[in-house]
Amino acid sequence: MEPYKKHESIAALMNRSNVDTDQIIPKQFLKKVERSGFGVHLFHDWRYNDDGSDNLDFELNKPVFKGAKILVVGDNFGCGSSREHAPWAIADYGFNTIISTSYADIFYNNCFKNGILPIKVNDEQLAALMAEISANEGVRFVVDLENQTVLTPAGNSFSFEIDPFRKGNLLSGLDDIGLTLKHVDKISAFEEQHKKAYPWLWA
Amino acid sequence: MKKTMYEKIWDSHLVVEVDGQAPLIYVDRHLMHEVTSPQAFEGLRITNRKVRNPHSILATMDHCVPTKDRHLPIADPIARKQVEVMAENCAENGLNLYDMKNPNNGVIHVVVPEHGFVHPGMVVVCGDSHTATHGAFGALAFGIGTSEVEHVMATQCLPQKKSKTMLVKINGKLPKFSTAKDIALAIIGKIGTAGGTGYVIEYAGEAIKDLTMEGRMTLCNMAIEAGARAGLIAPDEKVYDYLKGKEFAPKGEAWEQALAYWQSLPSDEGAVFDAIVELNGPDIAPQVSWGTSPEQVIGVDGVVPSPDSFDNEGKRKACESALAYMGLAPNTKITDIPIDFVFIGSCTNGRIEDFREAAQVAKGTKVANGITAIAVPGSYHVKQQAEQEGLDKIFIEAGWQWRDPGCSMCLAMNGDELSKGQRCASTSNRNFEGRQGKGGRTHLVSPAMAAAAASAGHFVDIRTLG
Repeated sequence: MEPYKKHESIAALMNRSNVDTDQIIPKQFLKKVERSGFGVHLFHDWRYNDDGSDNLDFELNKPVFKGAKILVVGDNFGCGSSREHAPWAIADYGFNTIISTSYADIFYNNCFKNGILPIKVNDEQLAALMAEISANEGVRFVVDLENQTVLTPAGNSFSFEIDPFRKGNLLSGLDDIGLTLKHVDKISAFEEQHKKAYPWLWA
Repeated sequence: MKKTMYEKIWDSHLVVEVDGQAPLIYVDRHLMHEVTSPQAFEGLRITNRKVRNPHSILATMDHCVPTKDRHLPIADPIARKQVEVMAENCAENGLNLYDMKNPNNGVIHVVVPEHGFVHPGMVVVCGDSHTATHGAFGALAFGIGTSEVEHVMATQCLPQKKSKTMLVKINGKLPKFSTAKDIALAIIGKIGTAGGTGYVIEYAGEAIKDLTMEGRMTLCNMAIEAGARAGLIAPDEKVYDYLKGKEFAPKGEAWEQALAYWQSLPSDEGAVFDAIVELNGPDIAPQVSWGTSPEQVIGVDGVVPSPDSFDNEGKRKACESALAYMGLAPNTKITDIPIDFVFIGSCTNGRIEDFREAAQVAKGTKVANGITAIAVPGSYHVKQQAEQEGLDKIFIEAGWQWRDPGCSMCLAMNGDELSKGQRCASTSNRNFEGRQGKGGRTHLVSPAMAAAAASAGHFVDIRTLG
C-alpha cells in the first residue's frame, strides 16, 4: 500500500445520498479474479450510456473533475454489499480521499485497506464544501492526514476525527496482516485455551 | 457486571488488546464463495502465507452458477474461470468445498446451517454482507471485505472495533400472513438503512421467540439492510433442536458440554443496550418496497408516498429519484402496481419454509398472462425436500419455473436477470437500482406475497385471500 501523503487535489462532487456498492461497481464486474483494473467500471451504470459512450450528464464525466483525487458525496456512502471491488474501483479510478457525513461500516473498513481516507464531516461542513464546489467547479482542496485537516480556497477549513491506529497505517502504508502476525504467539496461546474451553469446535 | 450476548461473545474471543490499535478477535468459522475470495488467495500466494486453520472454512459456489442446464459448462467465460479458480484455491489449501455438482451445493448462508457448521457463541465471518444470517443461532456473524478474508485465512483473527448494541424488540404476536420478512422490512422502514450503522442488533420479544429457525435466519439476514453488521437472537430450544444430529454439530458428551455453554449466552437480565427500538407485532402488515432502498417500504394496504410527504430534504430527493427510476406515480395504491416477473429464492427467502408458504398460495392458481415466475431453491437439499413434499409440482402446474440452487436473481450475476423496465416481485433483500438487471425494478416482499402477485399480475393483500 502507498503511504498516504498530504496533497492538494481537485475535489469532485456527487450530491447523492445512500450511494450503494451496486452502483459503485455493478455486479457484472465482480467475476474477475484479479484486484486491479476496476477503475474503468466505477459507477458504470451512471457513467456510460447503453451504447458504451460517456453519459455527459453524469457528474464525474465533467472535464473539470478529471484527475480529482477527492470525492465529496452525500451520506451513507457505500451501503449494501461487502464487495471490496468498490474501494478497488475507487482507488483504481484515482480517488484517495472521500468526504461525506457517514459511511456504511464494511465499506468504511475496506477503504483503509486500500489506501483510501474516508473523512467524516458534519452536515454543515458537507453543505459548505458542496456549495464551494458547485460555485467553483475544479476547485482544489488540501487534505493533510498528519494534522487531520481539510483546507479550501474559500476558507472552509476544519479538522476531522480519525482512529489513530488507522491513521498510522495509512500514513505508513503498513500491511494489516503483518501487524497482526506480530502477535502470533498470543494468537497461538489464545487458540490453545480456546480449544480447552470449547473442545467441540475442534472435533 | 451484566452483559449483553454480544459482549459475552466479544469477551470470549478477545485475543489481544494493544494500546492505540483495534483489538484482535478470534474467528471460529470462515465461510467462502467464489466472488469475494480469489484476490484473497492471490494475496496469500504473493506474500507466501498459509491458511492457518483450514478446518474453520466451508466454501461453496453460488453467485455465478447457472440455475438451469447445470450439466453444461458455464457459458460466460469469466464466470467459468472464477468458479474454476475457486476449485483450484480450495484444493491447493485443503478446504472443504461444495462445488456446483456437489449434492450439498447451494447458497452459502442456506448451506452452512443445513450442516450445523455454525453454533451459538461462535464468531463467524464471510466475504458477504448477508453473513448476518447466522445470528439466528446466537453466533456473532458478520460480512467482511476481501482484504479481511485474506487476513482471517492468514491469522484466524481480525482487528475489530467494538460495536455499540441495539435492542430491537417486537412486542406481541405477528398477525396471520405477516412473516419474518415483514418484520425485517418494517424495522428498516422505521430506522432507515443507516439506522443500525455502528451497532450489532439483538432481536427480542414475543414475535421473535415465536419465529421458526428459518424465520429467524430471514430476519437476521437483513440486519445489514438496516446498516448493522450483525443481528443476534438469543439461542433457545429451537436452535438446539435444529442443530442436534447435524453433521458438524457436537455429539455425545461434547453436546452436553456445548449446550451448557450455549445456555449461558443470552443477554443478562438488566444488561444495558446503547439503543432500544420497539415495534408492535400486531401492527406489522405484509410489506412491499416501493423505491430503490429497502427503507422505502410500506404496508401492502398503503399507497406510494409523495416526495412532499417527507420533511427531510435528502429523503424527499431520494423519493423523487426512486419514483422516477421505478416508474411510479405518488399515491398509487400498492395493490394497483402491475408486475412482469416473480422471483422466490436467495439467502433471505430460499429455505424450505419459504417454498412451503409460497406453494400454499400458488396451489391451484396459474401465473398471470405475460408474467415469468421462477422458484430457485437455496440449496440442493431444499430442492430435494421440496420435491419430496410435492411442492415442485404445485409450482410447475401453476406455470412457474423450478430451478437449481444459487443466488440467481437476487443479484443477477449468473444470467438470471430482468430486462430494462421490467418490474419484479422479489423475495430477495435489496431493491437497489440495477440490482436485478440494468433498468430492472425490484419490489421486496415475502414468499407468500410474491406467489400471490404471480397469479394476480399485481400485488395483492394476502390477508384478503382468507
